[in-house]
Amino acid sequence: MTRVAILRYPGTWSERDFQHALSLVEGIETEIVWHAECDLGGFDAAIVPGGFSYGDYLRAGAIAKLSPGTKELRRFADEGGAVLGSCNGFQILCEAGLLPGALVRNASLEYRCDWIHVRIESDRTPFTTGLRRQVLRMPIGHGEGRWVADPDTLAAVEAAGQVVFRYTDAAGAATADANPNGALANIAGVSNRAGNVVGLMPHPERCAEALLGGTDGYRIIANLAKAPHGTAAAVYR
Amino acid sequence: MPRFVARVLIRPKAEIRDPQGEAISGALRSLGHEIADVRTGKEILVSFDAADERAARDEAARMGDELLANPVIESYAVEVEAVRTEAHA
Repeated sequence: MTRVAILRYPGTWSERDFQHALSLVEGIETEIVWHAECDLGGFDAAIVPGGFSYGDYLRAGAIAKLSPGTKELRRFADEGGAVLGSCNGFQILCEAGLLPGALVRNASLEYRCDWIHVRIESDRTPFTTGLRRQVLRMPIGHGEGRWVADPDTLAAVEAAGQVVFRYTDAAGAATADANPNGALANIAGVSNRAGNVVGLMPHPERCAEALLGGTDGYRIIANLAKAPHGTAAAVYR
Repeated sequence: MPRFVARVLIRPKAEIRDPQGEAISGALRSLGHEIADVRTGKEILVSFDAADERAARDEAARMGDELLANPVIESYAVEVEAVRTEAHA
């Protein structure tokens, strides 16, 4: 059994969707944990779901980064635990400095709620094993999803293979039209250097069964059942 | 200790595109204003007690570094002003 913790901050709204999606994967058991009394000991992976933690006040994820849950998440990540942040979870991981860059207002200034495609650029993470070069179709729903970084950080992230997801068209071409928010280099998701912490703007939990119009998200979360138990540091470093 | 108000002015770094500023530019041009550029930011006012103006400025800068601005995308400036309150009058 892979034990997955799903973090809940005040304002998180995708934790039950993740719990449901993960219940479709054999070999995974989940627990929703409240950020203030968060102990990730005994878990193999942690999910930081989407929502509007702390009302997105100040900046999306800015207040959540100070929570005891985020402190525990940092300890867990440092020990090599697998961490996935989606949407607001990605924003929190960037604000906390667990992932490079930042997420700012969409270039269009519009909240985008749509189906998009991403190409998987790296399989050196616990969530994308065996998926490199695959194009997945997933939903997005965000107003602040434009990933930005200074030119040195962007170059370092590209060179180290930390770009995990890139917005493309259905054929896998990273065109400007396929970029829903103006993100630098069409970047939809990145990892830390070790590869055990991953963030993305799309919602894999909202496309894990045919009833919801797509199953590509299942291919990401199902990888967790194969994730190494306990500390993954040796594998992903 | 005297009371101070720190005015923390936060703006997107020059290399970060500011679509809100671009939208405002367009709106101002539609009113006939000849606009070269518009950049938006935010102002945060923090009131607190400190030993003196220098201590207040240092503390406000720490608030900027720790929380109020994200150094990846924003820069900030601090102005500090002493205020008279009833308790301190």
